Order: sequence, then structure tokens, then C-alpha cells
Amino acid sequence: MPNEVKAFKPKIVAFCCNWCSYAGADLAGTNRLAYPADVKIIRVPCSCRVNPMFILRAFQRGADGVILCGCHPGDCHYTTGNYYARRRMTLLFSMLDFLGIEKERTRVEWVSAAEGAKFAATMNDFVATVTALGENKRLEDLRCKE
Amino acid sequence: MQGMMLNRAKELLSDGTVNRVLGWQAGEFVYDITPAVFETEEELDAGFVYNGFCGNNLSKYLVKETLKDGKILVFLKPCDTYSFNQLLTEHRIDREKICAIGIPCDGKTSGEMLKAKGISGITGISEDADNFVVDTIYGQTTVAKADALEERCKTCKSKKHVAYDELLGEDGEILDSHRFDMVAKLEAMTPDERFAFWREQLSKCIRCNACRNVCPACTCEQCVFDNPKSGIAQKAAADSFEENMFHIIRAFHVAGRCTDCGECSRVCPQNIPLHLLNRKFIKDINELYGDYQAGAEVGTRAPLTNYTQEDVEPSIVYHREGK
Repeated sequence: MPNEVKAFKPKIVAFCCNWCSYAGADLAGTNRLAYPADVKIIRVPCSCRVNPMFILRAFQRGADGVILCGCHPGDCHYTTGNYYARRRMTLLFSMLDFLGIEKERTRVEWVSAAEGAKFAATMNDFVATVTALGENKRLEDLRCKE
Repeated sequence: MQGMMLNRAKELLSDGTVNRVLGWQAGEFVYDITPAVFETEEELDAGFVYNGFCGNNLSKYLVKETLKDGKILVFLKPCDTYSFNQLLTEHRIDREKICAIGIPCDGKTSGEMLKAKGISGITGISEDADNFVVDTIYGQTTVAKADALEERCKTCKSKKHVAYDELLGEDGEILDSHRFDMVAKLEAMTPDERFAFWREQLSKCIRCNACRNVCPACTCEQCVFDNPKSGIAQKAAADSFEENMFHIIRAFHVAGRCTDCGECSRVCPQNIPLHLLNRKFIKDINELYGDYQAGAEVGTRAPLTNYTQEDVEPSIVYHREGK
């Protein structure tokens, strides 16, 4: 059917810290909690492992939204990693907004290993937000488009 | 001022206090000023200049110069002293090998600024408190400083030297510069307007890397943008994404360390207002984490290598006022 318009399915990249959020995602799975399959999880050792370049690269390679999940402040496995990540991401998101790129496409959420339900709820909400925004046009790389 | 500087440099060279002098010399045209190292009094006499075109921040050149033997004399304008302190904080320069002389600065102009005012055939420049007096092959012209100053000098943050061994002339004060006005104006626009503004500006970028090469905060020996595996090294931006990425990442890498010297905008051949990106970070840092001026003191911890438990959450970006 050549004229059929496909419903927009966003691509979401979720950076999850190994110690809390990745385990939280695991718990969401074992509890049979549903969240959209559009979320691609990338495991990182700590939320502060995420270089601002990673976020931009994800957008370049076709992501429509990027979310960073880490341990709650104060609970970092490496004691202070997420405090640094928090400052970095605040400034980066503010800069993206300054350049006119939709700020709703990026998010930071703290999800502990016990919060499977929060993980699923966060992802459902984030996917809904990004779906409403539509395709990422402002930070795309045409060479990476299918 | 040039005479005083020249005499002092010669004194220090001849009594052996310093072995080299880092200053400015004219290039092909009088307004083509380039930083230069002078090793003898004859070289100083032949080439040393200090005038309204000497905008170059010399502090970055100390990174290479202090790796060499011997002591070097450097002339620092007030805004250069902030970069100097920041480089000291980052252990990029060796204080023991430097003799720093603070010199006053009443703002600089450039050949381009004057040409835009219709002045050509420039052969020399002098200045008084409010005017530049420009010698040209057609005679002498006077231009008000308010019209001919470089953008960064119009919003000068400080006339005070924060580091020096000795001072020629008078020290000034930290100024109330209104340097964040343009950033605030952009913030007040809608995201669509901001996007249009930055597309227009950043699409001019030819990736000459001049902003990076001149930046006193960009002193990494291996720059992320020179990594051949990155796919973005040594080439012009091929897509609007690369234009955005280069400038976001470059501004981010100097966030919290940028002293707002404005060299990036000065050297940009495409006249992109790059300092606005840096100022946006400085403004955010001031608002969110407390006032911080990079380079005001030696040894302070940069905001991005620091934290408090009470820091704001990144979600503040979504519900700040006027956004």
C-alpha cells in the first residue's frame, strides 16, 4: 500500500546507570510492566559517564528523544557521580533550549533499582511526550536518515 | 604607552631578568597585528608595537613558551589577566618562568571595524580617551570609540588586572558591563525565533577552527575535534548537525573555565557571535550555582568540577520563567 501513512513511532535512547536504573528496568521487566518497545536502553557504568557528546550523537544517529536515568542523588554507587551529571545535563539542556531545540526531547530522571514501576511510568510518559513533538528535525543529520 | 613598555622591556632584557619578550608586532598592514616573541633589543626596536589594534590575548602563547628554558616577559591587558589566572589554575603555564607586566586598555578596534566605517588605506593609529585617531594615506580621521570598538570591548567586564608582577599605568575597576543583555534578549524570544537566529549564524561556519585555536581555555594537546575517528576532524561541516554540534561541544568544553575574553568572536572570519554561547553558560552558572568569574582568582574550583547536594534538578530548564 504505497500511500499508507505510517503512524509516527519515535526512537528513544535511554542511558541507564548500571547500578540503579538498569536494575530498575530489569525489575520493570520481571514485574511484567509494559513500556514502549521504542525505548532503546544503553547501559553505562554511571550517569556521569554520559558525555554531552553522547546525547548529541544519539540525536544525530536518528533518536527523537534522549533520556538519562541514574541513581537518586546521594545514592550513587561511586558516591558523587550523579551530582556531576546533574550539573552537566542542566547546562547542556539549557544550551539546547538556547539554540531553539525542543527541550522536551531531553530528560533526566532518577530511578532506583527498586523503582520498576517508576521506570515504566517514566518511559511511558517520555515516549508520549516525544510522540506528541513528532520527528526530531532540529538536531538531525540528513546523512543518517534512512 | 608603547614607549614606556618598550623601555621597560629593554631594561629587563639587558639586566638579564628575562630572556625573551612576548608582545605584538605588525604584519603586512598596521592593523594585521600578530603576537611575537622578541629576543634582542634590536628586534624590539624593529618590531614591537602596542596600539588600538593589539587585541590579541597573549596568555595562551605562554603554554608553549614556558616549556622552553629561560624567563619570558609578557604584557597583559586586564581581560588577558583573567585567562592568565585560569591557565595557572589549570597548571598549564609555569609562573616561575614568567614576568607579567599589566598594561591598561581602553578598548581595541580592528581593521575590519574601521573599514566598515569607510576608512581605508590605514597607516597608523593613536587614541585619546574617547576617540581613535587614524592615519590614512588620505589624511587623518577621528572616530569615536563608541562607534569603532570591538563588540567585546563595548561590554568590557573589567579594567582591573587580577594578576601581574608590575603595572604600567593605572589599574582600573571591575565594570558593570551589561554583557548578558544580548543573551537575555535571545532567551526572551520564542524557541522558533532562537532556532532561526542560530541557524542563520551557525550555518556561516566554515570550520576553520580559529575560535578553538585562539581560545586560551582550549589548551588540550589533543583536541576532540582532531580525532580522525570522530569523522569530523579536519573538514568543513557537512550537515547542519555538525555545525550545531561543533559549537555546542566547544562551548561546553570551556564552560566554567571561559573567562569571557571574547577572542573567539574577534577571530571568527564569518563574524559569528560565538561569545554568546559562552556567555549563556556563564549566565546559567551564575544563576544556578552562584556567581563565578573564571580566572578572578588562582586555584578556584570550576563549577562543572564541583557540586552541592542542593543543586537544582535539570528539569528546571522546562519551567524557568520566560522560556
